[in-house]
Amino acid sequence: MHPILSTLIKRIGLGIVSLFFVSLIIFSSIQLLPGDFVEAQLGQARTEETVAAFRKELGLDKPYHIRYVNWVTAAVQGDLGSTFSGRNASYANQPQQSTARTVTSLLKPRLYNTFFLAAMTAIIAVPLSLLLGITAALYRNTFYDRAVNASALTTISMPEFFVAYILIIFLASIYQFFPSLSNVTSSTPFLERVYLSILPALTLTLVTVAHMMRMTRAAIINLLSSPYIEMAELKGLSRSKVIIKHALPNAWAPISNIIAFNLAYLIVGVVVVEVVFVYPGVGQLMVDSVIKRDIPVVQGCALVFALTYILLNLLADVISIITNPRLLYPK
Amino acid sequence: MSKNRENSILLEMKNISIEGYSDEVWHPIIKGVDLQIHRGEILGLIGESGAGKSTLGLAAMGFVRAGCRFTGGSVLFGDQDLTKMNEIEKRELWGTKFSYVAQSAAAAFNPAHRLINQTIEASISHGISKTETLEQEAITLYEEMQLPNPTEIGDRFPHQVSGGQLQRTMTAMAMSSKPDLIIFDEPTTALDVTTQVNVLATIRNIVKEHNTAAIYITHDLAVVAQMADRIQVLRYGNTIEESETNKMLKTPKEDYTKSLWAVRSIKKKENKNKEKILTINNIDASYGSGPKVLQNVSIEVPKGGTVAIVGESGSGKSTTARVVTGLLPPDKGEIIFQGQKLTPNLSDRSKEDLRKIQMVYQSPDTSMNPKHTVRDIIGRPLEFYHNMKGKEYTNRVIDLLKMIELDETFIDRLPSELSGGQKQRICIARALAAEPDLIICDEVTSALDQIVQEGILKLLLRLQKELSITYIFITHDIATVKAISDEVVVMHNGLVVEQGMKSEIFSPPHPDYTKLLLSSVPEMDPNWLTKILSSKK
Repeated sequence: MHPILSTLIKRIGLGIVSLFFVSLIIFSSIQLLPGDFVEAQLGQARTEETVAAFRKELGLDKPYHIRYVNWVTAAVQGDLGSTFSGRNASYANQPQQSTARTVTSLLKPRLYNTFFLAAMTAIIAVPLSLLLGITAALYRNTFYDRAVNASALTTISMPEFFVAYILIIFLASIYQFFPSLSNVTSSTPFLERVYLSILPALTLTLVTVAHMMRMTRAAIINLLSSPYIEMAELKGLSRSKVIIKHALPNAWAPISNIIAFNLAYLIVGVVVVEVVFVYPGVGQLMVDSVIKRDIPVVQGCALVFALTYILLNLLADVISIITNPRLLYPK
Repeated sequence: MSKNRENSILLEMKNISIEGYSDEVWHPIIKGVDLQIHRGEILGLIGESGAGKSTLGLAAMGFVRAGCRFTGGSVLFGDQDLTKMNEIEKRELWGTKFSYVAQSAAAAFNPAHRLINQTIEASISHGISKTETLEQEAITLYEEMQLPNPTEIGDRFPHQVSGGQLQRTMTAMAMSSKPDLIIFDEPTTALDVTTQVNVLATIRNIVKEHNTAAIYITHDLAVVAQMADRIQVLRYGNTIEESETNKMLKTPKEDYTKSLWAVRSIKKKENKNKEKILTINNIDASYGSGPKVLQNVSIEVPKGGTVAIVGESGSGKSTTARVVTGLLPPDKGEIIFQGQKLTPNLSDRSKEDLRKIQMVYQSPDTSMNPKHTVRDIIGRPLEFYHNMKGKEYTNRVIDLLKMIELDETFIDRLPSELSGGQKQRICIARALAAEPDLIICDEVTSALDQIVQEGILKLLLRLQKELSITYIFITHDIATVKAISDEVVVMHNGLVVEQGMKSEIFSPPHPDYTKLLLSSVPEMDPNWLTKILSSKK
């Protein structure tokens, strides 16, 4: 078997193992959350009987480990369970009339929105930061390099919501180019969706470019003292050729890692931006569900986030492997 | 050679000065050196580390490394002064008129590109010829460099070929644009001697055949004697001496030049001792589940003597040392030390057993903690093995410093405040502090200059006489073996080729491998390479 294939299989296996551990952590840490959905939902008028019946309906009467096994078994089959909050407490005694929605149906449109925003941001931010990083390395210690670094550091130093409000002031309020509310729905047509998502995408671009750009620059400059770079210079190659042909191909591994890290952030860490622009993403859903103690939804979101992280890191690993001839073409 | 003399001057450096920036000050590196090179001539540039050889070689191309600058003089190539040209003008000459061959081929090739693309890259980017033509020419050059499979080797990546092959590929790369001048910067230093012979021969042939001029930089006088028409000796950025190769070897004028082959002048009289301090019986060893690195290795070490283990990289010399010290428990076999069987694993050995066997490593830079002072470094074994404290401890450290010919002012210095030779002396003192019976020296002089090597070897010999310590001396350098050993073990591919008294090993008949190894060591005779090559045919 080609060594790359076996490495890949190993990585996927490791990914599955990590996902298993993450599911354990998610499940047990959610048990530690204070408060209880049943008592909150039934309010002051609850009796012991109604509480017990409601618990039974939600499956909360079973021991932890059985609930975990049931949850994981269903999740593997793509079923993340039903939400708590869709149920009406007054129907607690007639479970067959329950109106609960499944977590998957709740998560799906939100997840689509989140991926849409992340993809839109990535399409702007990744090429931009690569370009800035490479040119900053090429013209290092010049005015250009310092200007790019300074502005990148400025944007990364400001909190996301602040960047978002500044953009709203200038691009939505003073000059009314874009809407300040990004309330997309599943029926919004594609182009309008893009238009509505521009400001949140721009905010996220400003926040992530600095990190990716500086790491690209550092990864390239790190290689510039290698003997093969000196050799390339002594072949009379121009500076841009030296960097693009000789430094960049050896810098893909660290660069792809940092891009994967930022893409993961775009999917799992953007709740503040979603709130500012009233964008219906997974982040908001998760925060709402935590407040409502809607445990299946919280668990579902956390699991999806973990999966995203693992998949993106797997992708970064694959890129490091295929850009390294030592691994791609063994002796 | 006289024909070369008639040729016109290709490049002339006049009173060139270069400074380097470190510790926030500019230091002179090259202090007004003149250098001339004629068309088709090979100039040998020789000196020890820090002499400024590489800096001067690169300066011949008008190139200075980052943190260095020209401060005076001129580099005349035709009617152009390279020191006055800007980068873009110089780039026109680099890769066309000038080529560079670096010391470490493994580091100087870009790991991300195939060899053929790197070979013809300079010629393509300067628009010298069409890609197909250049590829064909590269294959011819590979053939001339005697690379195996010349039509296919170019499709490989650097990590897929051996060090010697890479070095030859790099020479082919330098030749690709048919330059006027090639700078060879220690091109064979990183190679094993048996590989070096072939690389030297191919470099010499190709340069002569294409009538290319070359500056050949090396610290090894015997190597430069084979390659150069003329030799220039550098020290501390100054020219010490310069003359035709034959003249330089027969009648070197300066003491410094004579000292460059100092180690070759030490000759220890061999002693025979029947009493053995260490016997290694039928050892097999491997790293992890990898292939066997040692196979059935048996070595006897006489008490109070020096056994030199000699071999090329990968022969298993250092692994043998790791087995003896217990760092690598062997797969099979036994180690008998002072009549008793040693436990294979280091962590199971008694403190007393540990104390009796000490080690000195090749690179003192990495074997000393840079944050510890000389007192801590030498004192640690005093504390650990002998429970010394306070005044006794300090006095003993000073005694040890005296033994290695350093005075007590060194006691509070950090390793960074010592020279390479001094660092190695401290490492020897640290080994002595344990009061061992056996010291294993693993390539202890390989990283040092000739004169410093001589000092260290003399010190080791003196200590042996005074303290009757036994040495196992691991080295790839035959001159060192001749200088210091009583007995010699020749190793190759994890096997012991032969073991015997120095006089036996160095006189015929030899097993094939020993013969090859001994014949590959360059000699001062400038006709040595020619003789070797004709005897091979």
